[in-house]
Amino acid sequence: MSESISDVMMVVGLLFDLMGTIGLVRLPDVYNRLQAATKCVTLGTCLILVGLLVRNGFDALGVKALLCALFVLLTSPVGAHAIARGAHISGVLLWEKSVCDAYLADRTKERSGEADAQTKNA
Amino acid sequence: MSLIAFAMWVLVIASFLCLYRIGKGPTPPDRIVSIDILGTLIVGFCAVLALATGQDFYINVAIAWALLSFIGTLALAKYLEGRAFHE
Repeated sequence: MSESISDVMMVVGLLFDLMGTIGLVRLPDVYNRLQAATKCVTLGTCLILVGLLVRNGFDALGVKALLCALFVLLTSPVGAHAIARGAHISGVLLWEKSVCDAYLADRTKERSGEADAQTKNA
Repeated sequence: MSLIAFAMWVLVIASFLCLYRIGKGPTPPDRIVSIDILGTLIVGFCAVLALATGQDFYINVAIAWALLSFIGTLALAKYLEGRAFHE
């Protein structure tokens, strides 16, 4: 029973991995690629690791697999956020059909706020 | 086809798609995203290897790889911003 559940989880996780990397190749700009690839591949790898836990139970291998899954689940979105922020600050443009860039508006607002503070101090 | 062979084929194909994006570019953030994703795929590889061989040190390799890949991604993202670490 637990073996078949684990098989299903691992196959679903592998398909998520494959879909994520297909998105990485097919989508038009950095930000689209980032969100497709990061979410799919994070979930896929976590499913593979949790499938390992389900198959083995809570022995040394299973607990370490759970630990690794939690670690990937915590760190991968942080890394993706850092890359998106770095890409935006380094000036990579959005796809020409994108409709909204809220972070650019926030950054210009922040910058004008800093300028106001500097003029007040002067 | 057994589960292990299927898992290996899917992960190899996914890794080659990542390598295609690393090679093609066109901007540095594309390559950094691909390197990050490749690191996460390698964690999956280690899990499948642990299942195939039944030895649990592959999971230790996976944990260490996830940690180092995260630190590397953060360093590359900060490099992309063009600032120092304390800012």
